[in-house]
Amino acid sequence: MSGPAPAHGAATASLLLALADDDFVLGFADSEWTGIAPHLEEDVAMSSMAQDELGHASAYYGLLAKLTGRDPDEIAYDRPAAAFRHCRLVDHGRGDWARTMARRWLYDTANAVRLEALAQSTDRSLAELVVKVRREESYHLAHDEAWIERLANHPGEPRRRLIEALDLVGPDAPSVLAPLADEPALLASGVQPVGGSELQALWLERLEPVLVRTGLRLPAPAAAALDPVTARSGHGSDFEALWTEFTFVRRLDPVATW
Amino acid sequence: MTANLGATSLATAGAVERTWQVLAGIVDPEIPAISIIDLGIVGRVSLTAGVLEVELLPTFIGCPALEMVRGTISQRLEPLRTDPQLAIGRVAITTSYAEPWTAERITATGRAALRASGFAPPEVGTAGHEALPPRATCPYCGSRRTVLENAFGPTRCRSIHYCTDCRQPFEQFKDG
Repeated sequence: MSGPAPAHGAATASLLLALADDDFVLGFADSEWTGIAPHLEEDVAMSSMAQDELGHASAYYGLLAKLTGRDPDEIAYDRPAAAFRHCRLVDHGRGDWARTMARRWLYDTANAVRLEALAQSTDRSLAELVVKVRREESYHLAHDEAWIERLANHPGEPRRRLIEALDLVGPDAPSVLAPLADEPALLASGVQPVGGSELQALWLERLEPVLVRTGLRLPAPAAAALDPVTARSGHGSDFEALWTEFTFVRRLDPVATW
Repeated sequence: MTANLGATSLATAGAVERTWQVLAGIVDPEIPAISIIDLGIVGRVSLTAGVLEVELLPTFIGCPALEMVRGTISQRLEPLRTDPQLAIGRVAITTSYAEPWTAERITATGRAALRASGFAPPEVGTAGHEALPPRATCPYCGSRRTVLENAFGPTRCRSIHYCTDCRQPFEQFKDG
């Protein structure tokens, strides 16, 4: 196995956990739309994207499991809610369709910037996985942008709801790229080639054309979304409810098999 | 000793060869017209120190059919594993992203099999990225005048298209 020196193991583990938890929590939240999306084709699209996110999470948990000698299912299902390290943006519940779309768009664009950098990671198994993940994410980005424009360009309720959604989740959006507490070690080893602040600037550039075209505005960042610790801890009641749901079977019967 | 080594590597080559033959008989659970070899999802097969490794390259990372494929492979390889002449101690089915699956991996036989069952094979080299929406050739009439109806089809690896010439909806197998 190639990869960074073992000294960097703990920092790499924290990066993998952040990547995995983000996709895992978003995937679970979005899977709640299965059966109730605005129309049938959207139902299929949203379910497919949720499936992708869970697939990506599972692959990141797999790398983390290899690194730490643990079982991927244990990492995913046996932690208390407070031990999850997903970012504040995906901590919001799915809300209405506009909120789900606003959150997806902000997350997918930020994640795209992060993955573009990680494709150059010195951790080879992570870099290889990221190449594959990025190909799949390109479908999500196209889907998100189409929906943001569709809602934004429809005066009245759709645009109003989208603006409300951006006002609610927008301040937390920079949390996806907030520097991790271990960032100095990750940058030194090259496991994460580009730092969080630089990624945030690249992300804002990426959003700009859509914001200009639609006349939408991204609210100012919340202080908690920029801090390495609060960006990924102190989860709210939406996540407590989601955690209760996705750990239900595991808590009921830890050795259940399909 | 040289003779023994020769005999061992011959047995190894035989086991690998027979493994490929077994794999060629396993079909994709979602599109049973195509074998997993023609779909290109088998990377390497090797036998080292008694471990027979079959490396899978998933079309999509979260593909739920992969677990079924894994189960079928291990079941079909059981006669080989228990054959004392082949000296296989254990079968390991692994996944790899080192050389990720792309449409280029589908064989000519595989592309023909997809078309024959009403699927447009992926257009090589148009994967995701800036090339969206992906182009598709109608598997019924061969027309290029087709439109993308939905990038997300009945399974993760399929998109839905419509042919404006023969007016048939059809599915395309997506590039990964």
